[in-house]
Amino acid sequence: MRVTRTSSAASIAVIVGTIILIALIAAPWWAGRADMRLLGEIFLYLALASLWNLMAGYAGLVSVGQQAYVGFGGYMLFALTIFGGLPPLVAIAGAGVLGALIAVPVALLIFRLRGAYFAIGTWVMAEVFRLIFAQVSALGGGSGSSLPVDIVRSMAEGRDAREALSYWLALGIAVVVIAAVYLYLRSRQGLALTAIRDNELAAASLGIDIWRTKFVVYVVTGALTAMVGALIFLQKLRISPDAAFSVNDWTAFVIFIVVIGGIGTIEGPIIGTLVFFALRETLSDLGTVYLMVLGLVAIIVMLKAPKGIWGLVRARFDLQLFPLGYRVIQNKTDKD
Amino acid sequence: MTDPILQIAGLNAYYKDFQALYSLEMHLMQGEVLAIIGANGAGKTTLMRAISGLMANGADQVRYRGQPIGALRADQVAMLGIAVVPEGRQLFPSLSVEENLLIGGRMGRKGPWSLNSVFDLFPILKECRAVPSTSLSGGQQQMVAIGRALMSNPDLILFDEISLGLAPVIIKSIYDALPVIVSEGMSAMIVEQDISKALSVSDRAYCLQEGRVSLESTSADVSRAAISQAYFGIA
Amino acid sequence: MDWVNAIVQGTLLGGLYALFAAGLSLIFGVMRLVNIAHGDLIVLAAYLGLTVVMATGLHPLLALVFVVPTMATIGYILQRGILNFTLGDDLLPPLLVTFGLSVIIQNGLLEMYSADPQKMNAGALETASFAMGSLSLGVLPVLTFAIAVVVIAGLQWMFYHTAIGRAFRAVSDNQDIAQLMGLNKRHIFGLAMALALGVTAIAGILLGIRTSFDPSVGGGRLIFGFEAVIIGGLGNLWGTLAGGVILGVAQTIGAKIDPGWQILAGHIAFLIVLAVRPQGLFPRVSG
Repeated sequence: MRVTRTSSAASIAVIVGTIILIALIAAPWWAGRADMRLLGEIFLYLALASLWNLMAGYAGLVSVGQQAYVGFGGYMLFALTIFGGLPPLVAIAGAGVLGALIAVPVALLIFRLRGAYFAIGTWVMAEVFRLIFAQVSALGGGSGSSLPVDIVRSMAEGRDAREALSYWLALGIAVVVIAAVYLYLRSRQGLALTAIRDNELAAASLGIDIWRTKFVVYVVTGALTAMVGALIFLQKLRISPDAAFSVNDWTAFVIFIVVIGGIGTIEGPIIGTLVFFALRETLSDLGTVYLMVLGLVAIIVMLKAPKGIWGLVRARFDLQLFPLGYRVIQNKTDKD
Repeated sequence: MTDPILQIAGLNAYYKDFQALYSLEMHLMQGEVLAIIGANGAGKTTLMRAISGLMANGADQVRYRGQPIGALRADQVAMLGIAVVPEGRQLFPSLSVEENLLIGGRMGRKGPWSLNSVFDLFPILKECRAVPSTSLSGGQQQMVAIGRALMSNPDLILFDEISLGLAPVIIKSIYDALPVIVSEGMSAMIVEQDISKALSVSDRAYCLQEGRVSLESTSADVSRAAISQAYFGIA
Repeated sequence: MDWVNAIVQGTLLGGLYALFAAGLSLIFGVMRLVNIAHGDLIVLAAYLGLTVVMATGLHPLLALVFVVPTMATIGYILQRGILNFTLGDDLLPPLLVTFGLSVIIQNGLLEMYSADPQKMNAGALETASFAMGSLSLGVLPVLTFAIAVVVIAGLQWMFYHTAIGRAFRAVSDNQDIAQLMGLNKRHIFGLAMALALGVTAIAGILLGIRTSFDPSVGGGRLIFGFEAVIIGGLGNLWGTLAGGVILGVAQTIGAKIDPGWQILAGHIAFLIVLAVRPQGLFPRVSG
């Protein structure tokens, strides 16, 4: 008998994943402009969903206010490039650093709220951010502002090159986020997080500092979400408080993606993102009805299959593409 | 004798993968006082949960007056006239003493027990009827828990570990009250770790060991040796 | 005098916020459920009122006769049909299911009533006012505050002096043991949600008379109600009224400094309370 993390499914996933990744990196040479924009958007949602999943599915921090960091990151991109004179790429990194810095006091406040009240507390915070940015007249106040043309031009020569760069950045952040979540969950810290999720009391008795573990997750997630936000508004080139801090766009959709795909798994947000965009591309003409269907599907999934699509797949085939758990393999010679 | 008021047949109970009761067979006659004894983890509390409906079972595994009740919810079982004095009292902390009793009587079943008759049985409760139930001593809380169960005028009452954590003098006064309670024709099942107390008030006893019945006997005739054999599985 | 006026108006506004909060507080108290769709249900009640008013020509306040029982029925069905299945140790299902409900209600209203702002016409009541000293008080805000006080007093009485209130508290204390008393917790939870949405109906109608509303404003109402609950302290209905008043006063004072600061000032008051007294100003004393 031996204990291992890998499985043949995971090995195949590595190979297939690598091929897909190479094809995606090469997209500027084979995909049209519209397809690349769509793919870019998919990557950014994938990143948001993976981050939300890390918080809600692993750390038990259910936030309905991550739009605070999306919007904050977007505004920081605009502020750092327009007033700080920083190149956009540096400004994106800067948005991440500032996102972490702002997440610290926010966490100190809202960590005083438990469970579901924490969730609404995060929403209040996002509203505070929105109202404050709406007061900043240098950034256009309530009506928002556009990224000046010379800053956009400074990114790369020509529109194609700019679009390719923006696409690669989106792909890059998605890969970085998923890799970071995966490596984190495999680390000592990640094991502590899983222990907390499984049994908070037992984890505490093992000497795990629950508050600190959750705090670190919250701050890191805030930083990465702010970077994703900066990228989102680098694609849009225009920002306004309502768009930047939209609970529907940056939280509702993200929650649906994670719930439908499978909360508390790394694969879930990936599946969920694909399903979400497939639905959107086919049903979005229905407008509000589409959104109602989305809400209904999420409720049904939560009640009937709380582990989402990936949970159903895994229950049937015992698959794990991102090996986190250990599995016990019976050798042929061992007796059953 | 008449038909059994409670009949348990082939009762299995599980906590996820762990099986706590193995095809249990037992019965309780009308008006009888039955003692269930056994070590910690023998399945006594599980049996209580199974009978009271806090645990779902196969419908036929528990029969009350011939009616299958094994699959009923706890509130439906209570409506039929089965009351529980739960382990550890478990009073409602945000209710006063009187409110705890009143909520026991909310089903409005007819019978001898009312606020006044409970106060007659335990006069101390009348004095502290308005105070929060949590401010009482352990023994007084146990009286409230017993009164709360009686208020529903049950036909069958289940006592779960009523002596646990109480001073001997309190235990004695509570056990002294038991004959008064069951003299009204009520049937009772007493789950107890204090074997001699349980045997002294009961007509018949079952001993459980690792989820199975290891001994059945009339309480008056059972020998110490038989009990320790049934209790610990050693002679 | 302007400042006194701002404080008085804010206090009266707080009555409306306390009505937003009362249902939220009640549901949490009985079944530990935080309903993310609460604000959208308030807005739904406002639209129901609007529909009744348009169909019958009744005064909006009289529409309560229809809207309160309708919302209560919706509450009972919602609880027994969906929400009861989400309750348990896991926090996620109730949160995500009510979040899904919020999206459905919001877009359902959008589909039926469009995004155009609506308002209920209460006739002379809207502009009527009376003088108190040198202050001029609107009849509607005073009436709203009075209704809030009556509703909270009624809920308080119900909780502590009736059999159903006893049942609510018993189920809240210990669900298993309450079942042993013959209480069907699913039914009790259904009744609690019915009661909460009955109160929500009153809040929705008063909101719809006071200001214009559209399908998207639910989230904001949820947040105001939530802030009132936390400022006042969990599990204390009179505290919730005080929390609503503090929120209302903070908003009117903020608006007095700069109109853009109205809502922000309310949030800041909430955050200050959270920083200084996270258990709220008047938490429930045990017993």
